[in-house]
Amino acid sequence: MSEQPALEPLLDVRDLRIHFQDGDQIVKAVDGISFQLAKGETLAVVGESGSGKSVTALSITKLIATPPAIYSGGQILFHGKDTLTMSPSELRSIRGRKISYIFQEPSSSLNPVFKIRSQIAEVLQLHRPDIKDIDREIIRLLELVGIKDPALRFHDYPHQLSGGMQQRVMIAMALACHPDLLVADEPTTALDVTIQAQILELLRDLKKEIGMAIILITHNFSIISGIADKVAVMFRGKIVEFGPTAEVIKNPQHPYTQALIECVPRMGARAKRLKTIDYSKVNV
Amino acid sequence: MINNPVQGEKSIEGRHPWLLSFDKLRSNRVALFCLYFLAVIYVLVLLAPFLAPYDYRKNFLDKSFQSPTRIHFFTTEGKFLFRPFIYDYQMADRITTRYEEDKTKMYPIRFFVEGNEYKLFGFIPMKTHFFGVEAPARIYLLGADQYGRDVFSRLLMGGQISLSIGLIGCLITFPLGLLVGGISGYYGGIWDTIIMRSSEVLMSVPGLYLILSLRSSFPQNMSSTQVYLMIVVILSFIGWAGFSRVIRGMVLSEREKPYVVAARALGQKDLVIIIRHILPSTLSYCIVAATLSIPGYILGEAALSFIGVGIQDPDTSWGLMLAQAQSHRVLTSFWWILSPGFVIFVVVLAFNFLGDGLRDALDPKMKVIK
Amino acid sequence: MIPVLLGISFLSFLLMELAPGDYLDTLRLNPQISAEQIDKMRVQFALDRPWYVRYSHWLGNAATLNFGESFQYRVPVTQLIGDRLFNTFIVAFASTLFSWSIAIPLGVLAAIYKDSIFDRIAGFLAFAALSLPELFLALLALWVALATGLFPVGGLYGVDYDYLSPVGKALDLLHHLILPTLVLGIGGIASLMRLMRGNFIETMRAEYVTSAKAKGLSDFAVYFKHVFRNAINPLITVFGYSLSGLLSGAFLVENVMSLPGLGRLTVEAFFAKDYYLVMASVIMASVLLMVGNLLADILLAAVDPRIRYDK
Repeated sequence: MSEQPALEPLLDVRDLRIHFQDGDQIVKAVDGISFQLAKGETLAVVGESGSGKSVTALSITKLIATPPAIYSGGQILFHGKDTLTMSPSELRSIRGRKISYIFQEPSSSLNPVFKIRSQIAEVLQLHRPDIKDIDREIIRLLELVGIKDPALRFHDYPHQLSGGMQQRVMIAMALACHPDLLVADEPTTALDVTIQAQILELLRDLKKEIGMAIILITHNFSIISGIADKVAVMFRGKIVEFGPTAEVIKNPQHPYTQALIECVPRMGARAKRLKTIDYSKVNV
Repeated sequence: MINNPVQGEKSIEGRHPWLLSFDKLRSNRVALFCLYFLAVIYVLVLLAPFLAPYDYRKNFLDKSFQSPTRIHFFTTEGKFLFRPFIYDYQMADRITTRYEEDKTKMYPIRFFVEGNEYKLFGFIPMKTHFFGVEAPARIYLLGADQYGRDVFSRLLMGGQISLSIGLIGCLITFPLGLLVGGISGYYGGIWDTIIMRSSEVLMSVPGLYLILSLRSSFPQNMSSTQVYLMIVVILSFIGWAGFSRVIRGMVLSEREKPYVVAARALGQKDLVIIIRHILPSTLSYCIVAATLSIPGYILGEAALSFIGVGIQDPDTSWGLMLAQAQSHRVLTSFWWILSPGFVIFVVVLAFNFLGDGLRDALDPKMKVIK
Repeated sequence: MIPVLLGISFLSFLLMELAPGDYLDTLRLNPQISAEQIDKMRVQFALDRPWYVRYSHWLGNAATLNFGESFQYRVPVTQLIGDRLFNTFIVAFASTLFSWSIAIPLGVLAAIYKDSIFDRIAGFLAFAALSLPELFLALLALWVALATGLFPVGGLYGVDYDYLSPVGKALDLLHHLILPTLVLGIGGIASLMRLMRGNFIETMRAEYVTSAKAKGLSDFAVYFKHVFRNAINPLITVFGYSLSGLLSGAFLVENVMSLPGLGRLTVEAFFAKDYYLVMASVIMASVLLMVGNLLADILLAAVDPRIRYDK
């Protein structure tokens, strides 16, 4: 978990700027953010809706549709190469293979008309043509993510699985090609609290086993300790605080971070009202 | 959703949703154009007897199938005149029914001339017409039909019927469908089943057959007003079923919403809840559906009159006028008889564009930038 | 389905009853037919019995699929309908094929190149085609046939059809089919295209499309494997409805273009008050409509697993 500045970071985001244009309305979704991610590190990006965290995550492999988005500045260096200037075919060779994604709503992230098997097979056929027995590999992946009876499950359609299982399938798909980086965009937000814990544990275990880096996007501060090495707090398109997780939680410097942390309801606290954020005190 | 307008453009905060919709409609120039266009057409048709140079019912057999009158600005000597004029037409070839201009006498086009009597808007007796020429010349802007009647005049007068049927039909169908759909959706139970089953039966019979059957259950000879009302009633009767089903679906989903439950908990009467609370949420759909259904009425009337069970001669509607165009001879030689079809096309097009624009403007799923 | 059919049969019977007069009225006007002959026919056609007797009589026969004889033609009604049904079916099939094979690709392209010149033009043309009254289009088609002489002026079969070889017959039929297919199909193209475009655009926004892109799939694969497969689902139901709609009611076009179809048969029978023929025709048309809807539902279940497994 110690940084090695001599080694090239896995991901180096420099002064990224992305804005959306709709007619004459311009919204600066990402307004000059920079951070680095080392191999095997887990970074949590925390912020509320509209802070730009999802846009940041999706932009790593240029998944944001342009229009209406415009990449107005900065670089995203992955293994030293700027993804923002890569050709479409280069990007496609990275997607799913070196950088994978899992999304917030597993029920809508899986294509409803194709079986689980074929959706996972798709990724394998695309990036790992060396595998001869795809079915066996798929079963192995499903076991890896903790799905019972994978041989039965894999003929199912997405809607036949529960939310937690759907998300596990998404994770299986994302890991199929042993990516260097997994970007998880609010992976547990749509799930029950108990399932949330399971999925987080799964991610933790997989990270140890495979050694991939993870970017975990969330608006929920309470889930990041235990899994994230570092945390970046985003507000209105900028990173307002960045540092090792334990420190940021114990000693938040920026008023917004402090407010966010205070919002997490704690057991045993004797406050009468839930805390909310007073934006007038937040200065970016 | 945080909205960061950077330059000082209009923020969408604090503006009433109806105003936002109007803005959207106004920015859709095509829809707006169609709205004005339709308004103009309706006004023209309202003033039909004034704008039409001739009585649309009067026969003038020696000008049967005359081609449209050419309007001239230059005399035979080449002199330019500000006031346009026409020549009288004489039959040149009886076999092909071809006419030729008789250049011996010029007939200037005069405005606000005296012509046949009529009642403007149905009650103001008048004799003045917008334009005309001295007898015995006749100005046929769009040619003459088989009986020498001015197609242009008939187009205008026919428009009164064809266009108003849509509006009146809507006024009948929509309140009816709203009430029935509302009751059906809100109360459910046996009434719902009955209403839904009967609308299913109505919808399962192909439209035209239903129209015909209904038509024949009315006596064969009716006065023109009666025929008109009958057509409206028939078309409304058919349109009602599908519409009320949709309303029922919308009411069903609204019924479970918290604000309805709250109103009920406060002891509000059911009918009031339906009319005052739930139905307004269907308003956007209603407006769009109404606009888009008017073409259906226009076409329905045209179909009925076309096959002869709607408006009868000597009254006229666009559908009836098109019936004349069926003969092969007419199609090849007298293209102007088809003009009602073109007019119907343009009007329907305008309504469709307008309805589409309204739908875009009233759509609650407006784009919000995350 | 049966109760609805019963309802329909009763409704059409009722409406025919409400119409004053009966089939024999036209015959009464003919001086060559004596009064006794008319009376005999009255009994023969059971027109002298009260309406409920006639209806239950008809119902009883209908249950054994005996729909009676036509007054005008004196042959079993089913035979008349059968002949016409085939014609109507061919025309409906041809125009559906035509409109689908044009509308779907256009719709997909318009969606992919949204807001481009192509999209705008296609959209405008679609609107124009939608608004063109079938009636007017049929008249225009007739005019084209007359003016150019390239197409037969109406009808489905040439005068010497029966003497042609099988290939000749097929070609003759196709030649006759061109204009009616265009007339009936053009209106369909427009709404289908807009529907396809709308569905495609909406589906493109789905999250699983982002997932698919994130997996590294090419745009082509994303569009034609993931998006298309989902976007076309709602159109399957439309397919069912439009087919049934065409089958049961292209009457106006049939009239103008002299096509020997079901619609024309029914309306002519209707004017002649040929009861049994009308009833059977209306039932047939309604059955077709319902079959079409049923087909639409079945097809939808076949292509959308969510519906299939949702028992």
